[in-house]
Amino acid sequence: MDSSIKKVLILGSGALKIGEAGEFDYSGSQALKAIKEEGIETVLINPNIATVQTSEGVADTVYFLPVTTYFVEKVIEKERPDGILLAFGGQTALNCGVSLYRNGILEKYNVRVLGTPVQAIIDTEDRELFVRKLDEINVKTIKSEAVENIEDARRAAAELGYPVIIRAAYALGGLGSGFCDNEEELNVLAEKAFSFSPQVLVEKSLKGWKEIEYEVVRDRFDNCITVCNMENFDPLGIHTGESIVVAPSQTLTNTEYHKLRELAIKIIRHIGIVGECNVQYAFDTESEDYRVIEVNARLSRSSALASKATGYPLAFVAAKLGLGYGLFDLKNSVTKTTSAFFEPALDYIVCKIPRWDLGKFHGVDRELGSSMKSVGEVMAIGRTFEEAIQKGLRMIGQGMHGFVENKELVISDIDKALREPTDRRVFVISKAFRAGYTIDQIHDLTKIDKWFLHKLYDIYQTANKLEAHNNVQDIPDELFRMAKVQGFSDYQIAKALFKENITDGETASLQVRQERKARGIKPVVKQIDTLAAEYPAQTNYLYLTYSGTANDVNYLGDKRSIVVLGSGAYRIGSSVEFDWCGVQALNTIRKEGYRSVMINYNPETVSTDYDMCDRLYFDELTFERVMDILELENPHGVIVSTGGQIPNNLAIRLDEQKVNILGTTAQSIDNAEDRHKFSAMLDRIGVDQPRWKELSSLNDINDFVEEVGFPVLVRPSYVLSGAAMNVCSNKDELERFLKLAANVSKKHPVVVSQFIEYAKEVEMDAVAANGEIVMYAISEHIEYAGVHSGDATIQFPAQKLYYETMRRIKRISKKIAKELNISGPFNIQFLAKGNEIKVIECNLRASRSFPFVSKVLKINFIELATQVMLGLPVEKPNKNVFDLDYVGIKASQFSFNRLQKADPVLGVDMASTGEVGCLGDDTSEAILTSMLSVGYRIPEKNILLSTGTPKQKVDMLDAAKMLYKKGYNLFATGGTHRFLQENGIESTLVYWPSEEGEPQALEMMREKKIDMVVNIPRDLSAGELDNGYKIRRAAIDLNIPLLTNARLADAFIQAFYTLGMEDIQIKSWKEYK
Amino acid sequence: MATLILDDGSEFQGYSFGYEKPVAGEVVFNTAMTGYPESLTDPSYAGQIIVLTYPLVGNYGVPDRSFRGDGVATFMESEKIHCEAIIISDYSHEFNHWNAVESLGEWLKSEQIPGLYGIDTRSLTKLLREKGSMKGKIVFNDPQEIEFRDPNAENQVANVSCKEVTTYGEGEGKKRVVLVDCGVKHNIIRCLVDRNLTVIRVPWDYDFNQLEWDGLFISNGPGDPDTCDVAVRNIRKALEGNKPVCGICMGNQLLGKAGGASIFKLKYGHRSHNQPVRMVGTNKCFITSQNHGYAVDNDSLGENWTPLFVNMNDGTNEGIRHKTKPFFSSQFHPEASSGPTDTEFMFDLFAETLETGKLPEYITREETTN
Repeated sequence: MDSSIKKVLILGSGALKIGEAGEFDYSGSQALKAIKEEGIETVLINPNIATVQTSEGVADTVYFLPVTTYFVEKVIEKERPDGILLAFGGQTALNCGVSLYRNGILEKYNVRVLGTPVQAIIDTEDRELFVRKLDEINVKTIKSEAVENIEDARRAAAELGYPVIIRAAYALGGLGSGFCDNEEELNVLAEKAFSFSPQVLVEKSLKGWKEIEYEVVRDRFDNCITVCNMENFDPLGIHTGESIVVAPSQTLTNTEYHKLRELAIKIIRHIGIVGECNVQYAFDTESEDYRVIEVNARLSRSSALASKATGYPLAFVAAKLGLGYGLFDLKNSVTKTTSAFFEPALDYIVCKIPRWDLGKFHGVDRELGSSMKSVGEVMAIGRTFEEAIQKGLRMIGQGMHGFVENKELVISDIDKALREPTDRRVFVISKAFRAGYTIDQIHDLTKIDKWFLHKLYDIYQTANKLEAHNNVQDIPDELFRMAKVQGFSDYQIAKALFKENITDGETASLQVRQERKARGIKPVVKQIDTLAAEYPAQTNYLYLTYSGTANDVNYLGDKRSIVVLGSGAYRIGSSVEFDWCGVQALNTIRKEGYRSVMINYNPETVSTDYDMCDRLYFDELTFERVMDILELENPHGVIVSTGGQIPNNLAIRLDEQKVNILGTTAQSIDNAEDRHKFSAMLDRIGVDQPRWKELSSLNDINDFVEEVGFPVLVRPSYVLSGAAMNVCSNKDELERFLKLAANVSKKHPVVVSQFIEYAKEVEMDAVAANGEIVMYAISEHIEYAGVHSGDATIQFPAQKLYYETMRRIKRISKKIAKELNISGPFNIQFLAKGNEIKVIECNLRASRSFPFVSKVLKINFIELATQVMLGLPVEKPNKNVFDLDYVGIKASQFSFNRLQKADPVLGVDMASTGEVGCLGDDTSEAILTSMLSVGYRIPEKNILLSTGTPKQKVDMLDAAKMLYKKGYNLFATGGTHRFLQENGIESTLVYWPSEEGEPQALEMMREKKIDMVVNIPRDLSAGELDNGYKIRRAAIDLNIPLLTNARLADAFIQAFYTLGMEDIQIKSWKEYK
Repeated sequence: MATLILDDGSEFQGYSFGYEKPVAGEVVFNTAMTGYPESLTDPSYAGQIIVLTYPLVGNYGVPDRSFRGDGVATFMESEKIHCEAIIISDYSHEFNHWNAVESLGEWLKSEQIPGLYGIDTRSLTKLLREKGSMKGKIVFNDPQEIEFRDPNAENQVANVSCKEVTTYGEGEGKKRVVLVDCGVKHNIIRCLVDRNLTVIRVPWDYDFNQLEWDGLFISNGPGDPDTCDVAVRNIRKALEGNKPVCGICMGNQLLGKAGGASIFKLKYGHRSHNQPVRMVGTNKCFITSQNHGYAVDNDSLGENWTPLFVNMNDGTNEGIRHKTKPFFSSQFHPEASSGPTDTEFMFDLFAETLETGKLPEYITREETTN
């Protein structure tokens, strides 16, 4: 190791976004651990406050600042690190590193890049350099041409021949890329790509080839290993982040496997990587021909997956190699005796499946392609492909039970659905089998390797065999066992037996379970040990399978285990914040002397790192699997309140099986979750709530609306299409929404609630013990109620609430905590208008904002909550928010740029994919830092305004004045222009897309004459394809900062009116006292 | 259904997917994730029942069992399957690959080799790891239908070696290499012929010292090296000269024995694609393909010999070299097939040595590790 390195700076990846998610919390945390144990001081820049890496005790110093050249330079100037790590914070950190290098900043402050040199990064990132580099060693790449304008793009495409693929250089996860079958499509895509990057690549498409990846490691002594290879289930043409992926490869022969492995090593040596990189190949299905697609000279989503798939800690090892170690110096962290210079041998198969949330967006394009849209992923482990994929399809958590026995999909044109894949493609295959399609036909339409299709067909056939029976006793033993080996859940078997007559799925599944256990058909626990049992493992990284007869773990039955249920796949509404909660719970359990056990299946998390707990079950969070594990573990108790909604939903069923749920009882959880019970309770204890009713006919709905008045919030229980909730402002909207989105009937009632406009939304995050609040945090939304709390900008401590409001909120919370006898974490959301307080929601579990308030207040709410749940005495921390001399702002990150055609508006349904939390001496400083952290820029001179309704226009007037005073050129559409004029603010009139006249707003945006767009939609209804939509969408596609909420726009404008970027203090977390 | 019975009394039930006849042999495990056609035709597995730890097997079928004009197999490692049987967890009844002509099951049936699936290969492997490789047998009806058998008590090399001399890659002015066939994998022949060498393949006990040759190559092979004394004597005689000698696997052990070293049996051997070796005295490390149950004792090397490679997991010998003469060998398989190709340079080294008459300086130099 290089002993001259005393202090190291690590760049994080910022807020979670599509293409750059929790995997970088995992890789950064591992790198920090690897460096810290060498006694080297660590400094981390990452505004993502919900991550584990920004927790107490991980890095020595944390800056919640944007990962941009400007701020990183400031931190370097202040901290003077000896070295910097660029490979652990995704593309964000890598791009920032390249920029620091190019601007001579690293040289100026004498900061050494540890690991892969920047030139090697540039060689892999710049397409032309990359191709040239690989040409030098006669390695084939995809023929492509880098162009800098649209004419050249057209010429290049014509030369290469359609179909071609368009990519923006230097972009994350395929941003601004796609396939074009003709020039028309090219024109559209190329324009978008040029808005992200000055360089765009046009290349020949190899649609239909296999896609294979290798994760390669190299030390500075030129020793190389490939830790894992992976094969995409979906052929080339679908971004690897959108594809089902298996590891190791399943359809490659030995020669093919090792040909690509040898090439990967040749490439990594020639490029000069020190650490880890990933090589992606296109591979012909009829020969051994190949092309290198790309090389990522950093830790990636794939490397996180490979680490979890093999048990080889890639990020940890890469960090050590960056410090100068050789692979031969390091030990295998699973066996602790053998060398880290080895290639893991798996004795199982893993299957990664992406999780999409496309249903949350209005108008989004559902077709999968070369750009990534998924928001998370799951990894399933099995000893057959059938077992792994069926587990995985349950894990993605979208109501599916596996490959078969799901609710029937309605598809009019199966051929088309197979040919043009969407997020439901695998279920379309299931449907096609039922419709009599052959494997050959499906292969012709999808180009999925027939081996995979045969395996899926096996599942389908087993389902048919099961369906021949009507009674669980009649299933022959061999079939029963085979179904379980192929990953059928008890529910799937029950569904196959009872068909459409299945009324109570839970009871039916229990029947199957009972019979199965009686016949001795039980899963066994196997260890992931990196060496396929050749050497004993010292860690407990586990999964369950039906392909086996013996457990790898000896259970002591000592009741010292505490099982924590994890949060599952990242999705909109549940992501890294719950991983943080789970990890804090595990840490506390260990500290208190219990055996910590985690169940989770998300490969992008820290909680699924096998050294975070004593036993990790990388497996399903279904009732069936959790019970299987609990029956083996026989734990002291189970924690269901730190993993978000998935474990919370299991509480009642686990309780019915006499599982000891720690903390708040399942009954209380149900009393808070069940709308009717909760409402009755609030009435009983005299707490106000917005009026609501569950209704099943249009007449009843109209009667209710007559009483409470518009607007109303409508929540259907059965959703046909589009978003689940909507605010309706008048009768027309209401009827249209009910017709379009919901099918109102006795069976599918809708919940209609009174919607209070211009109300503040306030959050109470708290921990209680036996009904008494131990610790609490009250925070306040910047936006008025109506913006989902997961999308809202939140400040803590609350800055603008009346004392009386705070007092009432505290009083109500106390009452609720007592009534539900809460022991553990909980969150209540309130509406406040004047001093009138109404409760909108109460969750008896940790909420999304727990890491934020814990870190701002510097009191770990989850540690407290866990101690409470363990039954330990807890003292009320003696800390008051009034003592805080600073403010925290949590701002949301949106990924609309990934979601083609989606309307980028905020509404009652959550749309953000991540968040940051920044600190400042006042609200303005914290707002400005946090907005810069989620990708906003302080505009240079031209701002386009269209500010909605007259009331919203008034709300925005002060902000407009400030902009005017600050010397900005304002451009405004008709109504807004008139309003500004009436109020003495100069602006230039621009025209809506539907209007005749010059200048056209869209045209100005395309010509890059607009630096920021403020477009406030008139109401909260679903966006139509109107003028506003076109402007908003264009802002996203052209990468122009967009604000759609008047309150947030006002706060942001006020912030950059009063402060410049240079006024933001470079203060670390610990400097806020 | 069929049953695998081990020497210690353990039984494992499985489904048959190959030929149904009782067999007995030494049960060993292999942790490779690819390469079943190569492994099955590797003569070093003679007398053994192979347990594959990778559970999904048969996915890509089996390629054509054809031969090139010179008699070397096109895709396989020898003329036939050599192991006694194969044990796996999950068999792919349906396969898919452009180069496949039949399924694994069909192939096993046609070569009369049993195959079992549906067995907990992980727990079986753990048993072999704890207790060491064991005698085992596969029975279909009656546990007594076949006796246990120790293949290492027999001369396996004699069983698998060629019976007559064959020459490959004959040509004017080419260096001539004697290849002692102890059960040679065809990729060794391919690797030598590809380096523009003439290969004279001789039976294991053939007195090659009477032939004209420029270099000697000792192949891999099955069983206990102590059954190959005739070969050791012939090699010892060759070592009196200065012509290059190279060995692989069994070749490493026989060369070691000829140089005075002793051999011992490993508890459960090395059979995998991921064995890490380090070139002694350097920071150079390689991932290697291995298949051996015996090893050269590092401490027993003759005074003119030194270890060339060691295993980074258990410290066992992975190759030796003579301190002054161009004699060297590896315990691992530089010809791979199946497995990683990182050490194919061993053949280049051998070809180079044939030209220069000595090992290059980077091999003989005593580097210091950091």
